[in-house]
Amino acid sequence: MNEVKAVARDASATEGGGLVKVRKFVLHVEEVLHEFGPSADPPQLKGYIAAVTANPYAGRHVKDLLPLMEALKPLGIQMAERLIAALGGKERIKAYGKSAIVGENGELEHAALWHDPGGYGMRQIIKPSKAIVPSTKKVGGPGTVVDVPLAHVNAAYVRSHFDCIECRIADAPRANEIVWIQSMATGPRIYARAGGLEDKDVKGEDGLK
Amino acid sequence: MSAVIRRLVTVVDETRREMGKALATPTRKAAAIAVIENPCAGRYVENLDELIGIGEELGAILGGMAVEALGIQPSRAEGYGKAAIVGENGEWEHAAAILHPKLGAPLRKAVEKGAALVPSAKKMGGPGSRIDVPLGHKDAAFVRSHFDAMEVGLPDAPRANEILVAVVVTDSGRPLPRVGGLKKEEIKGEDGLR
Repeated sequence: MNEVKAVARDASATEGGGLVKVRKFVLHVEEVLHEFGPSADPPQLKGYIAAVTANPYAGRHVKDLLPLMEALKPLGIQMAERLIAALGGKERIKAYGKSAIVGENGELEHAALWHDPGGYGMRQIIKPSKAIVPSTKKVGGPGTVVDVPLAHVNAAYVRSHFDCIECRIADAPRANEIVWIQSMATGPRIYARAGGLEDKDVKGEDGLK
Repeated sequence: MSAVIRRLVTVVDETRREMGKALATPTRKAAAIAVIENPCAGRYVENLDELIGIGEELGAILGGMAVEALGIQPSRAEGYGKAAIVGENGEWEHAAAILHPKLGAPLRKAVEKGAALVPSAKKMGGPGSRIDVPLGHKDAAFVRSHFDAMEVGLPDAPRANEILVAVVVTDSGRPLPRVGGLKKEEIKGEDGLR
């Protein structure tokens, strides 16, 4: 695997009524050329983008969390645009997923705020994208690893596109932070041969098959 | 051929308080983990039927163990997920062969019903590798309160020629769900989505 890790420069997503304050972005792209067998042609590109933000609800129980969900929408779109660009354009994106890691002064439920803005940020750009966006979430300290699932963008049952990528940021999340993550891939696992529904047979009506 | 199992481990995670607030009903997730020999380790094997059969066997064993660990009737299970870590002499695709073709059916039997896709994760790794098992509602994938994950791993697995396979079953969603979306009381449970 050829691994590229770069920190994006533009931190302009500090909007959303002051609720969303980004400390850093991390963009990670892997190019899978082979797995001890034939060369993948074309290689699979898979990657993630992460944004580390302050957690406005850290340190106390806040009942109404929905303002942050709304405020995260522009960030969700901006992150998706960056990751799509890094993977070669929206036509190439065949799988997606999302995750969040909440710092120790936050609550697991805070991670759930990503379901709407994280998912729809990607689905607004990637078309068609009828399939549910698979996800994981956890509470953890700096350097916590999260496995970001991947699945086909238009039909959740496409077996060749079930995949996964690890995300770890050494200095995040700090106690009062949250890491928001989106993952994408340009194709199936490179030696997919576990049968099941194939990409070419997708009907694309219900998001499942 | 059946799975050569080295270890079986069960973990029950029960949450009683979250951010100082006591829960009316504790939330519980149970992980059942098997460490097995990888019959395809160390070489390229085109046909993965053996691993597919092992997946079917483990779906029944691990699904049953997880439900039993929760001490509930199968019909009371609410969420589930699955994951695999392949040791370094194996291939990424071995995880797919175990998880996707046949593990689901016996797992669904163990939890009664299970109209929704079983969320999954996979990776390659050495002893001590951890994996986040994604979780979703077993009958309706869009139930937002049940999107979750459980991190599992064992210090001594997977060795190079092994695979760690995990199934998680829950009797609840997240501790204090309040981000809207479809609620479990509203589901039809027919198409696996709503």
